[in-house]
Amino acid sequence: MSNSTSDGAFVPAAGAVALHISPARRGWRRFRRNPLGFWSLVLFCAMVVVSLSAEVVSNDRPLVVRYEGTFYFPIVKDYSEQTFGGDFPTPADYLDPFIRGRITAGGNWAIYALNPYGPKTLNYFAKSPSPAAPTRDNWFGTDDRGRDLLAQLIYGFRVSVLFGLALTVIGTALGILAGAVQGYFAGKTDLVMQRLIEVWSAMPALYLLIIFSAIFAPSIALLLILLSVFGWMDLADYVRAEFLRNRQMDYVRAARALGVSNLQIMWRHILPNSMTPVVTFLPFRMSGSILALTSLDFLGLGVPPGTPSLGELLSQGKNNIDAWWISLATFLVLVMTLLLLTFMGDALRDAMDPRKAD
Amino acid sequence: MATPLLDVQNLRISFAGKPVVHGIDFSIAPGEKLSLVGESGSGKTVTALSLLRLAQNATVSGKAVFTGVNAAERTASGSPPRAPVELLSLPEQSLRGIRGRDIAMIFQEPMTALNPLFSVGNQIAEVVQLKQGLAQAESWQAAIKLLADTGITEPERRANSFPHQLSGGQRQRAMIAMALACQPRLLLADEPTTALDVTLRGQILDLLGELQQRNGMAVLLITHDLNLVRKFADRVAVMENGHIVEQGAVAEIFGRPQHPYTRKLIDSKPQRDGLAGAQASAGPEDVAPMMRAERLRVAYPVSIPGIRGWFKKAEFVAVKGASFHIPPGRTLGVIGESGSGKSTLALASLGLLPFSGQLQAAGQAWSREAARNKAIRRAVQVVFQDPFSSLSPRMTVEAIVEEGLTVHEPKLAPAERRERALQALADVGMTDAQFPGLLQRYPHEFSGGQRQRLAIARALIVNPSLLVLDEPTSALDVTIQKQVLALLQRLQRERGLSYLLITHDVDVIRAMAHEVMVMKDGDVLESGSLSDVLDTPQHPYTRVLVTAA
Repeated sequence: MSNSTSDGAFVPAAGAVALHISPARRGWRRFRRNPLGFWSLVLFCAMVVVSLSAEVVSNDRPLVVRYEGTFYFPIVKDYSEQTFGGDFPTPADYLDPFIRGRITAGGNWAIYALNPYGPKTLNYFAKSPSPAAPTRDNWFGTDDRGRDLLAQLIYGFRVSVLFGLALTVIGTALGILAGAVQGYFAGKTDLVMQRLIEVWSAMPALYLLIIFSAIFAPSIALLLILLSVFGWMDLADYVRAEFLRNRQMDYVRAARALGVSNLQIMWRHILPNSMTPVVTFLPFRMSGSILALTSLDFLGLGVPPGTPSLGELLSQGKNNIDAWWISLATFLVLVMTLLLLTFMGDALRDAMDPRKAD
Repeated sequence: MATPLLDVQNLRISFAGKPVVHGIDFSIAPGEKLSLVGESGSGKTVTALSLLRLAQNATVSGKAVFTGVNAAERTASGSPPRAPVELLSLPEQSLRGIRGRDIAMIFQEPMTALNPLFSVGNQIAEVVQLKQGLAQAESWQAAIKLLADTGITEPERRANSFPHQLSGGQRQRAMIAMALACQPRLLLADEPTTALDVTLRGQILDLLGELQQRNGMAVLLITHDLNLVRKFADRVAVMENGHIVEQGAVAEIFGRPQHPYTRKLIDSKPQRDGLAGAQASAGPEDVAPMMRAERLRVAYPVSIPGIRGWFKKAEFVAVKGASFHIPPGRTLGVIGESGSGKSTLALASLGLLPFSGQLQAAGQAWSREAARNKAIRRAVQVVFQDPFSSLSPRMTVEAIVEEGLTVHEPKLAPAERRERALQALADVGMTDAQFPGLLQRYPHEFSGGQRQRLAIARALIVNPSLLVLDEPTSALDVTIQKQVLALLQRLQRERGLSYLLITHDVDVIRAMAHEVMVMKDGDVLESGSLSDVLDTPQHPYTRVLVTAA
């Protein structure tokens, strides 16, 4: 080894600042540096958290009741009216002024949710006919069946976001899978699958939805399946292009020369380097999914009747045009959601742009 | 002439507050050939671009006084020489008049510098029309004449060609014709021959020299290639990290370099390791070769245009029957220009392309079934040209280097794997002491030469007996190239590795190879021992190659 230094001593990398930061971390740092995108993410997450704990925030049952020395938890358990001194063995209606009086009188107390209405709660003791304009009792007013609008919006937002998330995850997984197979194996596989995709994408998805909703009982699962089946093709194209490009890279050739299996090459080498379009499109896909559900609900082809939904509220707003609070509140929630997702998408796109330096 | 054509003083350039050129001074006399030489990242290209204020997002300060009068303009109007102008503070509109007419530029890659949607004649005629105000028909004639001046055969037919229909050399000639359309006083040539094959480089350089003489223009040649400087320039300025460390007449700089960096550059020609020859003295016939190929043929299917293409495919034969063998511990150098089939040969010998003919590596032939190839995969490893695309940017050094072990020795414990990886990295001269946290780093934290070392470590970890080196140093700077070649020679000496070395560079072959094979258009023109082929070349093409270097 006497000659081992002849091939040169080198200078340790100058400026030991940005050590060991993976490209994904660098992307996240760039994302954080965009205030609009970052605060959109924070706000959106906050909204999702609130809607996920909707039962605590907006519920017609009190969270805790202390009645005659015993604790009751109506939020998780059903109690009959008789428990609280009523006459009938029916579930207690905690909005009933009589029950309300019983459980709050004397040493008894009850903690109600912030907004004391659930998504399906009908207030039989309302003071004004429905739809009722915003009042002290119903902050956002009620809809045409007398249900509290705020509760509708919170639960409807939750359904929309969860549905959008599920649709995005399924569509992304299918898109990556199809695109990866097409791009990696290329040639005949690619050709055949591309033709199949073209045929598939030529199917009139909306009419199929209408037909299916006539045949089957409407349910969220059915809707999810139908929309997923048609919602992965655009992403598959991008992933396919990335795989076609990356399979030619020298690191893939080097891995093949090492004898790494196809699956391993796709998973370890190409996929991580092909995620840019996938990640960039996530917020946009999500907003697209939410919008799709809303539109179908608006048309009456979406979630089963009785499920709180933004689209159904919009449709109510259209039918009761003078009940301006319905359309306005729903519209604002929808615009806010889509806007936040779009801001996040823009920031993400900038963060993933390879041409932008740190 | 007393007044220089271009006088640059204290030129400073920075990008987003990060300085890249730190106050350089140089001047070019009328008709002078100055060469700005330096390695990548030294700021030479951005210097040239900022003279015409073409460097985007750059903050430029300093002075660049240009005292040029367009020759055509002077003869036409008899006007007195124009007053000197300061290029860096000139209004954009006046500068636009100078660009292309008084100072023209040619770029490294003619394919991207020409607009693919217009014929080259159109593009040249447009310049003539714009800058000299000729009519359409006249400017077309002028374009043809300019093309003829650059030595393009059949200029009238070529003028109607689109850039993709021309060869690399023809494209660069068309670029030169376009740059010279207005007889500029100064030509900025940014690596004009780097993208071309060696045999073409000489021709383009001769052409530039000839046109320079004829038009009496000055040339600022930007290059990293000292051979070009020696052949072409009058004076040379050596740049390192945004400073001009030394400048002077070519003979003086090359004869008595003062600055250590200049000496290092001049000394960077690849050299043969003194110890390597002695060890590999065993006769090549005594032992079984590491790789043997008989009439190796590689063909790609290509589509036929028109309706016939629907039913069958034509064949493009990239390698037409190559036969060779590589004994243990020896290097076979394959030399050829782009399109000669040498990289295809490399991929085929790695078993990554379907081929016909016989090819045995480590005593075993490649099989179509992946499982049966495992042993040879281990014996034959590869190092690619581009250190930036040969390492996955999203994997750590540990994951990259250990990958071979996960395939070939899956039972190894993680700690042992890590041990082996560190050993392989130490073998290529990279240790944890030099790079703290080496295994957890990502490729983007390393320079080109260091990445190439990582790629070598990845190949070495499975203890191969043959390395396929596909242009292992052609993407590296000259001083780094020398280091990497020295490393490869040391590894060969210590481990008795065989190399299949693919390159276009005769200097690399001279330093590394024991046997040489010359390829052109898929044919093997000549093969034999290093001294036979390079000292007494038989084939005329080999002679051109050797003399061009």
